[in-house]
Amino acid sequence: MKKPRVGIFDFACCEGCQLQIANMGEDVLAVLGSIDVMEWREVMSEKWGKNLDIAIIEGSITNHHAVERIRQIRKKSKILIAYGSCATIGGVNGMKNNFDLDDIRKYVYSENYRFFPTEPTRAVHQVVKVDYFVHGCPVYIPEFVAVLKAVLQGIPYYVPDYPVCVECKLNENVCMYDRKVTCLGPVTKAGCNSWCINNGNICYGCRGMVSNPNEKGAQDVLAKYKISIDLILNKMNMYNKCRELG
Amino acid sequence: MKKNVNINVEYLTRVEGHGNIVINVKEGKLDTCRLDIVEAPRFFEGMLRGRSIFEAQHITSRICGICACGHSLASIQAAEDALGITPTAQTVKLRKLLLHLEMLDSHLLHIYLLVAPDLLGVKSFVPLINSHNEVVRRALRMKKTCNDFCDILVGRHVHPISAIVGGFTKLPRAKDLDAMLDMLKGIDMIGNDLIFLGPVASPTYRVSAMTVSGA
Repeated sequence: MKKPRVGIFDFACCEGCQLQIANMGEDVLAVLGSIDVMEWREVMSEKWGKNLDIAIIEGSITNHHAVERIRQIRKKSKILIAYGSCATIGGVNGMKNNFDLDDIRKYVYSENYRFFPTEPTRAVHQVVKVDYFVHGCPVYIPEFVAVLKAVLQGIPYYVPDYPVCVECKLNENVCMYDRKVTCLGPVTKAGCNSWCINNGNICYGCRGMVSNPNEKGAQDVLAKYKISIDLILNKMNMYNKCRELG
Repeated sequence: MKKNVNINVEYLTRVEGHGNIVINVKEGKLDTCRLDIVEAPRFFEGMLRGRSIFEAQHITSRICGICACGHSLASIQAAEDALGITPTAQTVKLRKLLLHLEMLDSHLLHIYLLVAPDLLGVKSFVPLINSHNEVVRRALRMKKTCNDFCDILVGRHVHPISAIVGGFTKLPRAKDLDAMLDMLKGIDMIGNDLIFLGPVASPTYRVSAMTVSGA
């Protein structure tokens, strides 16, 4: 069977999710054995420019040039994968939307601000149709491999819609709330194997919110530990601000 | 030299970040020579306003995936200065270790995946998988070792988890440190790989290759 033609593209991002592929060690050779990477600017100089079977997109859409580019890529690709939080939900780039755009441009670039146009940050699916999502900041490589396998087989990949707490409890972590620390696990999609709590830090919600959070349960917990809902909403806006754009 | 040269490279390859190169030569005279940084600005300095100082490490880490530890540690240092916190000697040592491992990881990525193709006349490491299979595998293994090391130390290399203001949310245990030491001993770089970079076609590249093997 012919290997699918893949292109890897980046927009407004830190390129860490692309690096995660290079961090797979020798396993990356197995991945490269099942796909034909035609373009990957960060690591390859080969140019392709023609139609692709699979496009992997890292990064958010933050300016007009990006909108044009993503539309072109969507047109020439059969399947489009949003790769990493910046692409799937807007990621940390979304925090910019809390501010007036001219104000933030002037704050960072002073009198040169005119050279740095920007639009409200959007996730890729808020501009073009996305076929598969690989959440996380950075992506969790076992999940990326699972999604890739699903893509190659032509079947859907179901992102868990239960909270990180499920995986966290299976990993036998002491709950952060019991340690008097606020954590976004209860409202964040699982799939990362509670990576951050396993290492002693809280969940920051990088994988996006579950579609049906247990609001009553959450309110009980917040009341028990006297935590305000505003604190939770503020924390959620670190990665999930772009959900407000609909 | 040609009378007229017009070079327009859109999106440099094998670098982190987006840049274009524009070179115009008219009648043998250099008219334009420019590197345009076209990276979409994200305005981190502006976005941080209103966030907790303890979140700054997490957010600024996302400036770059390859030097995430550098950004994290710089942010932590600034926050600790502002708050008047002095890290313990142990914390400082572990942070320096993290930084060194990130340097090693970054240099391995650079030499073997980003620069080696130029030295060997190919466009990426993909053709090298066939022509220099053992070397590519070793390079990927060495890089994985750095990542495994960082996994133990801070949870992961890209956007470290346990490095925070004040120290670490989780410390390696004694047997973890033993494992980390064994990992480092397993990386033997002063070896055949430098010979792999040595015999290159272009005389201009010979200088850099010799510098590497002379190290």
